[in-house]
Parts: sequence; structure tokens; C-alpha cells
Amino acid sequence: MQFFGGSEISPSPPVPTATGNNAHMMYVFNRNGVCLLYREWNRPLHTLNPQQDHKLMFGLLFSLKSLTAKMDPTSADKGNLGVPQLPGQGCSFHSFRTNTYKLSFMETPSGIKIILVTHPRTGDLREPLKYIYNLYVEYVAKNPLYTPGTSIRCELFNTALDQYVRSIA
Amino acid sequence: MAAIYSLYIINKSGGLIFYKDYGSKGRMDTNDSLRVASLWHSMHAISQQLSPTTGCSGIELLEADTFDLHCFQSLTGTKFFVVCEPGTQHMEALLKVIYELYTDYVLKNPFYEMEMPIRCELFDVNLTQAIQKDRVVLLGR
Repeated sequence: MQFFGGSEISPSPPVPTATGNNAHMMYVFNRNGVCLLYREWNRPLHTLNPQQDHKLMFGLLFSLKSLTAKMDPTSADKGNLGVPQLPGQGCSFHSFRTNTYKLSFMETPSGIKIILVTHPRTGDLREPLKYIYNLYVEYVAKNPLYTPGTSIRCELFNTALDQYVRSIA
Repeated sequence: MAAIYSLYIINKSGGLIFYKDYGSKGRMDTNDSLRVASLWHSMHAISQQLSPTTGCSGIELLEADTFDLHCFQSLTGTKFFVVCEPGTQHMEALLKVIYELYTDYVLKNPFYEMEMPIRCELFDVNLTQAIQKDRVVLLGR
């Protein structure tokens, strides 16, 4: 398994796009941890450089999924902590909130992880994330020029995404 | 009815000092609870690094499919977190009550060593009372 593809695959952060967008940023990862897309609309603080930031985000999600699968109070027999979970196996989280941001997460059966970081008082974003996944399917997966596992460079997807996120945040 | 499944208290270095399970099928043995607690401590710290704005103090609420996890961090770095049913209300208030009980029955106990596992009978008794009261209030609504 190829984890964390080299720097030529991870995209560098783009110039912040449309102003007036309330969402902070968005990540899309594939099942190997390669960051397919990173959109930034409103991020005053950059703690790490982009590659480290993507790896840290993926690592956090991987560990949180492992934690929720182990902590699940409704199932008696769980695997050991740290064993990689298949998409859909075990209890998974769909969002967490801190005092400065709310992170909403969705994983598809194919291992595509969509993460949206918004302000803390945002409501449940599971349906919007499903819609964003549909946008991904229409504009990226069905794009004959797109190679799976590489970073997403589809103008139509970016435009549709910006428009949609502006309407939900 | 809405109820809590378990309560964890971790010290400022991430070590588990108290774990109580209130009747979930997912009750963990000691080793697993220790691992889960330290994992949570690290995740809490990493989430501060990923914040898009300054002033982040870590995860306060984690929502999963079958449970919610509410976390309260005191000014000294001690973290109190409860695993409860999804959508349970007023967990922040309950965590503050538990924090008060901790300061009264644990920290003011002259035989308690800081950062060590909590073995204070009065704390256990009052904690059970507080949790039961919370349950009764919820069921009574």
C-alpha cells in the first residue's frame, strides 16, 4: 500500500478563493492517505506546512476511527485498538466540535474521505457531505481525463463545490 | 432513555486516573481503558494543531454513530469525558458537576496523591448520586 504519496501528488494550497464563504477548509483523501483535494476559503492560522498538515489530518482521522470503533458501547466484541478498520466496519464518527471549529467527516465504501471544517455552530452536515460526494462522482469520477489516486484538478468540480459550500455554511 | 455509558478522568499527562462504566455492552478491561484514554489525550492535543483560527482548546464533543463523547478540560489540564447516547442534553453541566465533586472529594483529600488513580470512597458515592439524579430528572420529564 502506498501511503502518503510524494509531494508531486499532494496539491499545494491554492490562493483563497471566493470571499464571503463561511466554511474554513475542505479535504478529500483516498483510502491510501493521499490528499486528493485541499480547498481553503478562510484560514487565518497555518500551523504546519501543507504536506505535514495533510498527514496530520489523515492521521487524526485514522486514529479517531480506531478509537470510536473500540469505544463503541453497543457492541461487545471488538478488535484490538489500532487495527485498521475497513470502510463501514465498526462504529465511525461523523463530526467533532471544538471551541473554534467543527469538523464533519464522511467516508464512502470506496475509502474516499471527505472532511469539511466550518465554524462551531454549524448543524449536522451529513446530508451536505453526501451531496458533495455526488458532486465528486459527477465531476471527478466520471471525468475520463481524471486518474484515480491523483490530485483533483477539475475546474467544474471546484466551481460547483464553492457554490454549494457557500450555500450551506 | 438518555443515559451515560461511561466516565473517564485523565490527568494532565494523559494517564487514566478514573474509569467507571455504567452498564454498556462495550465495557473494557483495564489495559484497553488505559490505551483509549491516552489515545484520546493525544487526539485532543492534535485537534488543537489543526485549528484554522487561534485559541483552540481541543475537542469538546465527538459525535459517532452509536454514541456521543463530551469532554471537559479544566484549567490545569485534567480532562473529564463521558460516553453517552447520541443526542443526550446537558452533558456539559454534568461534567462541571463532576469537576466540582472531584475538587471537593479528591483534591481536598489529604491522602490523595496528585496524578495517581482515584481511590476515594466519598467521591464514588457522591458521583453515583449525581449520575442517578441526572437519570431520574431525565426519566421524569
